[in-house]
Amino acid sequence: MAFKSQDDAKAYWKENVSLMIKLLVVWFAVSFGCGILLVDVLNTIQLGGYKLGFWFAQQGSIYTFVVLIFVYTKKMAALDRKYGVDEE
Amino acid sequence: MELQTLTYIGVGLTFALYIGIAIWARAGSTKEFYVAGGGIHPIANGMATAADWMSAASFISMAGLIAFMGYGGSVFLMGWTGGFVVLAMLLAPYLRKYGKFTVPEFIGDRFYSRTARIVAVVCLIICSVTYVIGQMKGIGVAFSRFLEVSYDVGLLIGMCIVFFYAVLGGMKGITYTQIAQYCVLILAYTIPAVFISLNLTGNPFPQLGLGSTLAGSEVYLLDRLDQVVTELGFMEYTTSVRLSTVNMFAYTLSLMIGTAGLPHVIIRFFTVPSVKDARSSAGWALVFISILYTTAPAVAGMARLNLINTIEPTQGENLVYDERPQWFKNWEKTGLLKFEDKNGDGKIQYTASKDTNEMVKVDRDIMVLANPEIAQLPNWVIALIAAGGLAAALSTAAGLLLAIASSISHDLLKGVFMPHITEKQELRASRIAMAGAIGVAGYLGFNPPDFAAGTVALAFGLAASSIFPALMMGIFSKRINKEGAIAGMIAGITITLLYVFQHKGVMFVADTSFLGDMTPNWFLGIEPNAFGAVGALVNFTVAFFVSRVTQAPPQEIQDLVEHIRVPCGVESAQDH
Repeated sequence: MAFKSQDDAKAYWKENVSLMIKLLVVWFAVSFGCGILLVDVLNTIQLGGYKLGFWFAQQGSIYTFVVLIFVYTKKMAALDRKYGVDEE
Repeated sequence: MELQTLTYIGVGLTFALYIGIAIWARAGSTKEFYVAGGGIHPIANGMATAADWMSAASFISMAGLIAFMGYGGSVFLMGWTGGFVVLAMLLAPYLRKYGKFTVPEFIGDRFYSRTARIVAVVCLIICSVTYVIGQMKGIGVAFSRFLEVSYDVGLLIGMCIVFFYAVLGGMKGITYTQIAQYCVLILAYTIPAVFISLNLTGNPFPQLGLGSTLAGSEVYLLDRLDQVVTELGFMEYTTSVRLSTVNMFAYTLSLMIGTAGLPHVIIRFFTVPSVKDARSSAGWALVFISILYTTAPAVAGMARLNLINTIEPTQGENLVYDERPQWFKNWEKTGLLKFEDKNGDGKIQYTASKDTNEMVKVDRDIMVLANPEIAQLPNWVIALIAAGGLAAALSTAAGLLLAIASSISHDLLKGVFMPHITEKQELRASRIAMAGAIGVAGYLGFNPPDFAAGTVALAFGLAASSIFPALMMGIFSKRINKEGAIAGMIAGITITLLYVFQHKGVMFVADTSFLGDMTPNWFLGIEPNAFGAVGALVNFTVAFFVSRVTQAPPQEIQDLVEHIRVPCGVESAQDH
């Protein structure tokens, strides 16, 4: 392992997990939250011809998922560099 | 040109293209043939993963189901895309770091147990066979329509073609072929959607068209759709919940974590060059998948509207049965569309009421293929969708069959029961396994448990309840030991299987439920297709408690977990 110390290894994993949890909160919010649990409330708002809750369930959540993975990829690459554990 | 001829040309040309690319790429190296190119760019790998992933369920079946479920169909859209987020963050980079070829291998090593490996193999085989039944349904529908035969004959012909396609085999592993398949598939899906969106709303982007006003009026398409379906007595399109909120929640969750537990998707992340690429490959795969998944709801809504407008062009003026369009007659031949003149007026009534509805059978799986015909698009567009649908169904079915065959011959026979088997015998065993799997899946495909996408959803539920929890705990917990993992997998898949078999029949054979029909007693109102989420919960819980009361994993396993959590020092999958 290329970590300088055991503390570094712990800190890296902790930051990784905390980033993951933050992004999974968004993942949950747009799909299970806006798309299912809060759909009736959001449906009172119109987005063009779409009811907003319906839009989240059939369009919005999917766009957000794509963004989430790329944010994750980018942030993890930065984290790898910070701790000197990237592959290059 | 005649539609039938155009279809043959379309299907023939695209298959010639795949085989051509396969031969061209094969000349490169044999190693590349097996590991799908270790040096492939993440964008290319993402495209190939997307082609692998999108099967008859996504292409042929899903939009048709959404067309009739409305908002409730969103479970497929969110479930099958949201799963990639889970995959990218929780599994893909770590499994890549570990660098073995198959999921049972990882489970066997991480839980230092041959039993764990065997349990994983059995779970995978159960999921994959169920998955193939769904593909068979899609293949049967596609072949019956384009050869103008009944569904059963179409399915038989399809089974033979799948067998040869899968035995030719290796072509599946070549990334460039899959990229070509993706291109055909996505064009075949989006071009008709663009045409239909233009026709109805004047907007060329189906994603925006669905939210636009109808061409030449001030009425929003979705408002109009809500209005016409409620007039016929159906639930409002944009708000019709699938059974209950709890059920939709469980259904979506089951599909999401099932996505992250299915072997044929995970396997692609074993073969990218680095951990970084494993992360971004998942992102690119989702980009390419999203193109289809954001188009599908538009296809669904517009198909429903067009279908109703065809049958009832103006309110109260129903289509005369003798003047029905050609597509109607063609689908009647397959037995998947049936009309019964209940009131004897010679006209077609389509309503929500069982007593007056004369469209007695509209198989959901015909909608996507029939859609361009219903919208009266040119013949070449209809031929194109045929080629795309067959590509999607055949490639995924063949890939899954290869996975089943290799788990039986490689993981079970060579890995466990007959270690001294020769390579030739291993190959023969895998051919027999493949033929057996096609036979079983095909036989069950004559009376599938659900529409194609629904059947595939069952497979995802089984993967969600067995494989996903074991993989996730294997990475994120050092404390979960072999006893916990094995007990968890067995508990999860058993409870899910029992629930599914009780409601859908043992091995999906109707009327074999062991406790009689229990519909009113569904657990929390959760349908069998969505039960994987509950199974996964059981798996996690059992694994946790069993691990607590048994011995912690040995030190070298805890070191292994530390090792896979860090990207640097990746071993190449090619070394194995």
